[in-house]
Amino acid sequence: MRKTSLMSRIGLFGRAGIDTVAVLGRSAVFLFHALLGRGGIGGGFGLLIKQLHSVGVMSLVIIVVSGIFIGMVLALQGFSILSSYGSEQAVGQMVALTLLRELGPVVTALLFAGRAGSALTAEIGNMKSTEQLSSLEMIGVDPLKYIIAPRLWAGFISLPVLAMIFSVVGIWGGSWVAVDWLGVYDGSYWANMQNSVTFSGDVINGIIKSIVFAFVVTWIAVFQGYDCEPTSEGISRATTKTVVYASLAVLGLDFILTALMFGDF
Amino acid sequence: MQNRTMEIGVGLFLLAGILALLLLALRVSGLSPTASTDTYKLYANFDNIAGLTVRAKVTMAGVTIGKVTAIDLDRDNYMARVTLQLEKAVDNLPVDSTASILTAGLLGEKYIGISVGGEDAILKDGGTIHDTQSSLVLEDLIGKFLLNTVSKDAK
Repeated sequence: MRKTSLMSRIGLFGRAGIDTVAVLGRSAVFLFHALLGRGGIGGGFGLLIKQLHSVGVMSLVIIVVSGIFIGMVLALQGFSILSSYGSEQAVGQMVALTLLRELGPVVTALLFAGRAGSALTAEIGNMKSTEQLSSLEMIGVDPLKYIIAPRLWAGFISLPVLAMIFSVVGIWGGSWVAVDWLGVYDGSYWANMQNSVTFSGDVINGIIKSIVFAFVVTWIAVFQGYDCEPTSEGISRATTKTVVYASLAVLGLDFILTALMFGDF
Repeated sequence: MQNRTMEIGVGLFLLAGILALLLLALRVSGLSPTASTDTYKLYANFDNIAGLTVRAKVTMAGVTIGKVTAIDLDRDNYMARVTLQLEKAVDNLPVDSTASILTAGLLGEKYIGISVGGEDAILKDGGTIHDTQSSLVLEDLIGKFLLNTVSKDAK
């Protein structure tokens, strides 16, 4: 008795492993089909515009507001730490480098996963549970092409744009606190920043990071919706999974990308 | 009508993205579009440039007039050869001007300060500043100070 229960437990463990691998494989095939498989975005430009609006433009408010506040907090913290070394004029450089290299791409991707990713999963999951996806297939329309592909592309395009807007707004918020409030000299705030920030090293690497995050977050969000159980609990579980997996993937990938870009190996 | 406002919204969104990229390039990373036509080159040989980096600024009387574009070792006399790119507007530096490596603040970055000499002849494009003052190395300074105290104790 004991032996069989042990065996069945090992069996369950194995099945869980196989299931995980199967999900990974399914999501890769899904991504491949949605992006390349059957000829671009269906419905042309109009569908993409609609998704860019709901994924990108609607996320703008949360990105701008959190960008301003994060920039302001960075300037405040940086000032109080740096002023004990008498080098508070380096606050601009600190704010800009932190935002461009790390916080801009990462925080934007996390907010994007929460704001747009969960909405994508819920929307597609709901379409699946009300059998809209299967009816599309019944009338000979490929849902990957008309439903999934525009959403994927909208995510890929809008996250890098949002990350850049986040960085700019954050640096502006930082200058507001440091220059106008704490009295750091305007010239040294910007000049120190311009001396230390390089376009190819910092700005471009930040954009590359946010493109990678856009890819991962949108992929996870859309696939979780497409692959969910078509019940209300299934949708809610898929939405939770989207936010958790996307956040973990972003943070883990960020470490790897930082090591590759700035680790000097 | 609904569609139209959506299109305008997306258009504005993408425009904001392009504007953000431009701001990051020009304002934050200081990528200036000024061509090298209105600058000229000078060289300066230093015994020790410890801490000076490429893109460091070159100042005169506190005003930035150029930047360091290259640093390499001169094989023949084992000195550091620093290439300076100066604005054409400041083309009247006397040949006996001094270049010294200075530090901004206590922990700040290194930069080059040029002080004017008295000669009538002026430095031309590709000329070399011979009168230089090296970077201040803290260890050397502490070493000298210790040596001083030791020799005072011996007396």
